[in-house]
Formats: sequence, structure tokens, C-alpha cells
Amino acid sequence: MSFDHDTVTGFAKSFGLFYLIAMSIGVIVYAYWPANRKQFDHAAHSIISDDEDRPCP
Amino acid sequence: MIQGTWIIQRGGVGMVALLTALERTYAAIILVFVICVGVAMAVAGRGDLMAAHGWIVALFGMVVMAVLLRGIDAPEPWEERFREYYDDPTKVGIILALIWGVIGMFVGVWVAALLAWPDLTFDAAWASFGRLRPVHTSGVIFGFGGNALIATSFHVLQRTTRARLPDQLSPWFVLIGYNLFCVLAATGYLMGLTQSKEYAEPEWYADLWLVIVWVVYFLIYIRTLARRREPHIYVANWYYMAFILVVAILHIVNNLAVPVSIGHAKSYSLFSGVQDAMTQWWYGHNAVAFFLTAGFLGMLYYYLPKRAGRPIYSYRMSIISFWGITFMYMWAGSHHLHYTALPHWVQTLGMVFSLVLLVPSWASAGNALLTLNGAWHKVRDDAVLRFMMLAAIFYGIATFEGSFMAIRAVNSLSHYTDWTVGHVHAGALGWVAMITFGSLYALVPWMWKRPALYSARLVELHFWLALAGTVVYVFAMWNSGITQGLMWRTYDQNGTLAYSFIDTLVAMHPYYIARTVGGLLFLAGAVVAFYNIWMTISRPAPVDEGAAADLPVEPPAPRAWAQAGE
Ligand code: HEM
Ligand code: HEM
Repeated sequence: MSFDHDTVTGFAKSFGLFYLIAMSIGVIVYAYWPANRKQFDHAAHSIISDDEDRPCP
Repeated sequence: MIQGTWIIQRGGVGMVALLTALERTYAAIILVFVICVGVAMAVAGRGDLMAAHGWIVALFGMVVMAVLLRGIDAPEPWEERFREYYDDPTKVGIILALIWGVIGMFVGVWVAALLAWPDLTFDAAWASFGRLRPVHTSGVIFGFGGNALIATSFHVLQRTTRARLPDQLSPWFVLIGYNLFCVLAATGYLMGLTQSKEYAEPEWYADLWLVIVWVVYFLIYIRTLARRREPHIYVANWYYMAFILVVAILHIVNNLAVPVSIGHAKSYSLFSGVQDAMTQWWYGHNAVAFFLTAGFLGMLYYYLPKRAGRPIYSYRMSIISFWGITFMYMWAGSHHLHYTALPHWVQTLGMVFSLVLLVPSWASAGNALLTLNGAWHKVRDDAVLRFMMLAAIFYGIATFEGSFMAIRAVNSLSHYTDWTVGHVHAGALGWVAMITFGSLYALVPWMWKRPALYSARLVELHFWLALAGTVVYVFAMWNSGITQGLMWRTYDQNGTLAYSFIDTLVAMHPYYIARTVGGLLFLAGAVVAFYNIWMTISRPAPVDEGAAADLPVEPPAPRAWAQAGE
């Protein structure tokens, strides 16, 4: 296989498209996966709680 | 002033005293090495500008060494320190960011004035437009923005993982090493050293140094995350990590170059022609995306909810926009090369990705504004929060404008004109600087354990100076840019250009004066911020209850906290 302009173009136009679609689906599934909800809520709330400003022992 | 010097001296000794004896020794070894490298550069680069840089490196090493030596025989720090976060590098980073901010913006105003009154160079080579302009861009982006990112990232990283930084030496190495890079950059430009790649102007040895610094920076992130006590990694860290990782990749690839010789500052890029152009703008655009956007979004996602006291409106949305931004920005760089020798389809690709990019960008801006929805009374009363809100609005404006300008037909009007400069500063002043000032204002009282800033009214004053400055700047450049673009493409009945180039300059002159005035307002705001923060720090710490809440309650008993969490 020669590494010329057409090869690179072909690769970008095929593989590039599919991996981006796959990634988008992956991200949306992860974000909306019901079991993840709890940890997301926890993360969002934990930064604004002021109880103590020190590392966990 | 005397009081100020006193604080710096006391602070320096106090900070060194917190290092362990082993860390102090390693620090001394690294500094000796840096000084030797400096001297070696000075010797090898005799008769070349590199020699001057060698001496600067050596001098820089010696100054840091002097600070270290003042505290080198302080007693070992208490093990108690493991019960607190390690914030000294953050404090110094905040001050450095403000100093670079004032310098960089001052040079910005100077450069702006040069465009209106070209005689201001005083016939000195170092004061010419071509040399001062990169001092401005690097000063504000790397000096101001970079230091603010490093300082806040260490703060956010520790608070969101609830883990202390893994050691006390590497954060200093990153912060001080990074500032050495900034000094080499700025002094190099003034001497006429540049590899002529925008935002990547420093020569090969400075680039190599930055690689080392940056790898250590990334390792700090990974090592702290590995010790985290929160199961989930808060979204702000993802943005900071993307910033660090991608900037490393961009920096290494774009700066691949071969020096003329080891004792010579000049180097030649590994790429040439259109490949070089594409590499440079893949770099340049992603520098915008990951330096001026991702890192500052990390700031936004932490400090805005924190200051507003409300969790981010949609955490899911923040994750989706994170992956959208990281993966789509990578493909948008070619919009800087419309109508060039770059293959047409690559230009189209960049254009399409730029348009799609609007979705995650607006999702972030919207997420920030919706977080504030319901707390508008806080925004009204608190200028710090208002800075952050304004930043989100300008982020929305700049990204909308960017996507619009990326359309090839629009770009045919905007490219090479001041419209681009207007877009840049809508992002740089409205988004980057506003979110930085907002975050630093929020952070300073927490870091120095003060109940509040020295003066809320000065923050208010800064807010209006910054807003007025940005609006004047951006509107002047929009007007100037579109006028310029239209004049360049106006033909008369005979089919020849209706305006000579000098006609366009005359038309732009008033806008350049307006831009200088806008910049001056913005600079005045930055000076006010510096003063306000300096006064906050130098005021004695209060003794009242509320402020002392996150200090240790009882005097620390020397107990073995045996390498807690190590
Ligand atoms: C006091 C406020 C400022 C003033 C007066 C100012 C002025 C200028 C001027 C005159 C230029 C050159 C434009 C040209 O070549 O035609 C410039 C370029 C630039 N400035 Fe600023 N600036 C300011 C603040 C900032 C800040 C805070 C940032 C970033 C955070 C920034 C980032 C840039 C960048 C990236 C460029 C290069 C733009 C390009 O190549 O298109 N500036 N600025
Ligand atoms: C969706 C987001 C964005 C898109 C699609 C976008 C698009 C563009 C386009 C098309 C140009 C003009 C290229 C040319 O004609 O040469 C440009 C220039 C620029 N943009 Fe953006 N932009 C976006 C967001 C931002 C943000 C948030 C900033 C933050 C400061 C920013 C900073 C810059 C800079 C510094 C340049 C000038 C580069 C140079 O020529 O030196 N952009 N952008």
C-alpha cells in the first residue's frame, strides 16, 4: 500500500467518520447510563459543600 | 513597599521551610544543574544571541538558589503538613499571573498605540512592532493565562480529589521552570530571536526545556489522581488534563526542528511548504482550543458553581461537551488556511468541524448560565460572580463568531483583517481574562485565609473597566475589519481596485485610536486587580471566628501522620 495523498484521504474519509460516530455514541451512552447518575450527582454537589478544606487522611 | 519586601522575604523563607531536607537538597541539585546549563549555553553560544540567553538562564537559577539558601537550614517541617493541602505554589502562581498580566497588557496597549502612531518605536530595534507583538501575545497567553492555569489547576486538583499533591518539589519545578520558559520567550523576542511560528516563537532550547516541565506537570496530575479519595474524577480535571496532554503533543510536533548547531539559536523546521503551514495551524488552532479554552473551562466548571453555591446545571452536559470539544477541535485548524495551497477538501473539513463545534461550545456556555439561573440576585450583588457570568457570555459570542468566520465565504471577507483581531480579543479579553480574574478573586481569600477581598468596590470598578474596555476594543475592530475587508474587494467600473492600500490605513486610523483607549481601560482594570489582591494579601490575617474556620482548630500536636496517603 503506498502512502500517498489518496490513501490518506480515503482513510480520513472512512475511518475518521466511523470512529467519531462511535465515540459520540459511546459518550452519550456513558453520560445517560442510569447507574452513573448517582456518582455524577455526588460529584456535582461535593465541590460546593464547605464542610472542611483538607485532604482525606 | 518596605512592608511588601518584608512579606516576600518572610514568604520565601516560610515556603522553603515547608520543604523537607531531602526536597531542599534535590532543589539545590536541580538549580546547580540549571546554572551549569546556562553557563554552558553562554560558552557554546559565544558570538550568538544564545550566549545572552545562557546568562539569563544562569542568573535565573542563581536568584532562585538565593531564595532557597535563605531557608535551607530551617528545621524539618512538621508531619502535620500532610493534613493540609499544599497551596504555596498556587499562591506564588497567582501573583506571577497578575504580574505577567500587567506586563503583557501594557505591551498590548503599546503595540496598539504603535499601530496608530508608528513613530513610537523611538528608532530602537527592540521596540519595533515585530518584536513587541510576540512579547504581548506570549506575555498574556503564556505568562498571564499559563500561570493562572497552573495555579488554579493545583488548587482544583487537590480539592476535587481530596488528596494532597504527591510531593512538594515537583509543583515548584513546574511553576518556576515554566516561568523560566516565559522569560526566555520574552527576552528572546526583544533581541530578535524567533522561529516565526505564531504562538510557538521561542527557539529550540526553550522548547526542549518546556517539554521537560510539561511532562512533570502531567505526572503531577496523574500521581495525584492515583491517590484520589473521590471515586469519580470531577469534570474540571478532565478539562485541565486535556489542556496539559494536548498542549504537550502540539508543542512537541510543531516544534520539531534541527538547530544549525548546538551553539546556535537558529533552527530549521522539519516541515516545509504547505505541510508546515498545516502543522503550524493545527498547532495554532488547538493552542486556542486547549490553552485558551479547555483549561479555562476547567476553571469555569469549578469556580463558577463554587462561587454561586450551586452545582453545575447539568453534569451530563458537561461530560458530553467535554468530549465534543476535545475531539472536534482537532479537525478545525484548517479554517486558518482557507484559499491557500491546502487541498480543498481539507479546508472544507475544517469548516464543517468548526460549525459543528458550536454545539459543544454553546452547551458549555449555556450550562454555565443555567447554573446561575435562579441566583441572579447573587450575580447582581457580587462582582466576582459577574466576571464569571460575563466570561460565559463572551465565550458564547466568540465561539459563535468563530464558527461563522470559519465559513469559507465569510472568511474571504474577514481573513487578514482586523475582524480576526476583534474575534481574538472577544475571546481573550471577554472570555479568558474575565474567567481568570473572576476565579482569582474567588481564590485569593481562600488561599490566604482572609474573610474577603480588600475592597469589593475595587472589584466593582475593575468589572466596569474590563467590560467597557472589551466592548470598545471589540467594536473598534469589528468596524475596522469589515471596513478594511470591503475596501479591499471594491472595484470600480474599469475592474480595478477602487482603493489603494494607504486609503484603508487612513480609514482604520480612528479605530486604532479607539482600540488603544479600550485597551488602556482594560489595562487599568488589571492594575486595580493587582492592587486589590496585593492589599488583601498584605493585610494582617484576621482573628475573627468565621475566617479561621478552615484553619486547624487546636494547635497541631506533633503526631506521626506517617506519610499520610503516600
Ligand atoms: C490591554 C489589553 C490588550 C490590548 C490593548 C491588546 C492589543 C493587541 C494588539 C494591538 C495586537 C496586534 C494586532 C495586530 O497585529 O493587528 C494584539 C494581538 C493579540 N492579542 Fe492582544 N491585547 C490586549 C489583551 C490581550 C489578552 C488579555 C490576550 C489573551 C489572553 C490577548 C491575546 C492576543 C492574541 C492571541 C493576539 C494575536 C492575534 C492574531 O494574531 O490574530 N490580548 N493584541
Ligand atoms: C467554536 C469555536 C471557535 C471557532 C470555530 C473559531 C474560529 C476561528 C476562525 C475561523 C479564525 C480566523 C482564521 C483566519 O481567518 O485566519 C479564528 C482566529 C482566532 N481565534 Fe477563534 N474560533 C473559536 C473560538 C475561539 C476562542 C474561544 C478563542 C479564545 C481566545 C479564539 C481565539 C482565536 C485566535 C487567537 C485567533 C487568531 C489566530 C491567528 O491568526 O493568529 N477563538 N478563530
